[in-house]
Amino acid sequence: MTETKWSVDESAIRDFSAANNEPEWLLNVRLDAFSKVEDLPLPKPDKTKIDKWNFTEFGAHDAKSATFSTISELPESAQAVIGEEHDEQNVYVQRNSTPAILKLSNELKEAGVIFTDFATAAKEHSDLFQKYFMQQVVKADEHKLTALHAALVNGGVFLYVPKNVEIKKPVQAVFIHDDAQAALFNHVIVAAEANSSVTYVENYISTVETEQSVVNIITEVIAGDNSQVSYGAVDTLGENTTTYVNRRGITAPNARLEWSLGMMNDGNTVSENVTNLIGDGSFADTKMVVVGRGKQSQNFTTKVVHFGKHTEGYILKHGVMKDEAKSIFNGIGKIEHGASKSNAEQESRVLMLSEKARGDANPILLIDEDDVTAGHAASVGRVDPLQLYYLMSRGISQQEAERLVIHGFLAPVVNKLPIENVKKQLTGVIERKVRQ
Amino acid sequence: MAQSTLTIKDLHVAIDGKEILKGVNLEIKGGEFHAIMGPNGTGKSTLSSAIMGHPKYEVTQGSITLDGEDVLEMEVDERARAGLFLAMQYPSEITGVTNAEFLRSAVNARREEGDEISLMKFIRQMDSNMDMLEMDQDMAQRYLNEGFSGGEKKRNEILQLMTIEPKIAILDEIDSGLDIDALKVVSKGINKMRNEEFGCLMITHYQRLLNYITPDHVHVMMQGKIVKSGGAELAERLEAEGYDWIKQELGIEDETVQ
Repeated sequence: MTETKWSVDESAIRDFSAANNEPEWLLNVRLDAFSKVEDLPLPKPDKTKIDKWNFTEFGAHDAKSATFSTISELPESAQAVIGEEHDEQNVYVQRNSTPAILKLSNELKEAGVIFTDFATAAKEHSDLFQKYFMQQVVKADEHKLTALHAALVNGGVFLYVPKNVEIKKPVQAVFIHDDAQAALFNHVIVAAEANSSVTYVENYISTVETEQSVVNIITEVIAGDNSQVSYGAVDTLGENTTTYVNRRGITAPNARLEWSLGMMNDGNTVSENVTNLIGDGSFADTKMVVVGRGKQSQNFTTKVVHFGKHTEGYILKHGVMKDEAKSIFNGIGKIEHGASKSNAEQESRVLMLSEKARGDANPILLIDEDDVTAGHAASVGRVDPLQLYYLMSRGISQQEAERLVIHGFLAPVVNKLPIENVKKQLTGVIERKVRQ
Repeated sequence: MAQSTLTIKDLHVAIDGKEILKGVNLEIKGGEFHAIMGPNGTGKSTLSSAIMGHPKYEVTQGSITLDGEDVLEMEVDERARAGLFLAMQYPSEITGVTNAEFLRSAVNARREEGDEISLMKFIRQMDSNMDMLEMDQDMAQRYLNEGFSGGEKKRNEILQLMTIEPKIAILDEIDSGLDIDALKVVSKGINKMRNEEFGCLMITHYQRLLNYITPDHVHVMMQGKIVKSGGAELAERLEAEGYDWIKQELGIEDETVQ
């Protein structure tokens, strides 16, 4: 076995933790996780071999970036997703691993909403944060990448919504990667207490070409009793960035968790999106849109596990593969024993635009309870030459015809995304990815 | 006047290695309406697909030119922009692309970048064409041909014809599956196109369509060739007497392509 090369060691972790005035518990989590990294195996996403991928070698773990003072100073791609600056905005901007802008309206502050960067959350809301950080949803010792994440986490955001608070407008986070050397281990926690509701939208944006960089993202959503969490993400990380992204949530009784995920990275990506429907009567809906291009290889595992009775889980994923892009779509609906009257539905569709593009959709239903309903649909196919012929016979160029077919293929998912902002952004991102 | 001429000479076309057209000669000029008639399996639709450039049809011999330009050298979209149009017998369905979005792309494909048709103007034009074809306004926002009935698809082909205003149009069995009311509506749309510049080739095996759209020239196709040509009276005789007299006259036993 080859020795894994590490870009940081234990003393660097201690220094990093001290520099951020982290509470002792967090340093201990880091050190404990770091001691396990070497022995833990990589995750094994079905049908994608990732053991040669680079998750561990990167330039700087502790890259210091200059901050921005106003939204108008941000790169255009970031401004475009935030819009005009105004007082009622709830937005966090992070440059590489450095917190750059944080705006939270007075109204939300007064309601007890916490929205702050990772380091501040750990420092100023230590007890609350500790309750959530890699305790209930994702565990540090699940595999090598979760452990590495816990050891090296260097950015992220904490959103806490108290009981009965309903946040009307989306809360936004924008993570900008503009330092080719910087590695990002980003941690997002969205905790919604009972009867609260919130929409959170995040963007990962690369504005720099790198030779090789590493992004390791973990999101934990804790949806309390009868709460509603709508979680949107548009990932547009660069070509030579290897991304591990794990977005996972748990639901209390009658909670609703909706995911709207635009997976538009240009580099190799392993994405896990899991909802554990713990409470009776809780609900999960995952909608995912993917455009793959170039030579990237991606694996998207979407899983809903039903523990509670009367739980409902829906997965809808559509992906388009261009050039030599490869993607595996694994959809898993799992109904545990005792989760009676539950319903697990999934649909995955992949459209390949070129001879060399590859796609695979694997629908899996694992059912350990009799009194349930479940269904799945999956298709993988190449673009229909007769559709292109038809469009072109009206004078539309092949490129434009392909663009129309791609938009059309993704529209049934995009049009149903519950978050308007994400829908709009994705339409633009898809446009750009398809044109090039 | 800018009249166009589509010239087809000694056209041989094969599909999956089998020769279907065996030397078709035909010339269509702007202002002329031609009809190609003939029983099933004689190569009529193959001719229309070959002119437009259907990916499965291979031209093995002969030429097609539009105003002297070699059509066979052009991609499908270039043929369309050069002025050819094919109303298809079985139009594709395309999920997620609205009819309006598709039509606008087709219009803009003929215009320079930066000179796209204004949305208002486009909608006005589309609305008035849809009214004429007695189409529901909501069909503009439905996905292209998806879930359209047979009649709706045919009207939609004519809507495209009216919107694009090509030089030469080929209508492949535009009358099949239409009831008499729908046929009248579709014919009205086609007749509206009639002018000194617009040339049209209608492919049908029913004379019925020609009651509403009077052709200047009628051709009969058998065994992958045009075996007889005449004026509108030829279609009437075919309606009254069928095809047997032509077969006898020409000594043809089986009219289909062998």
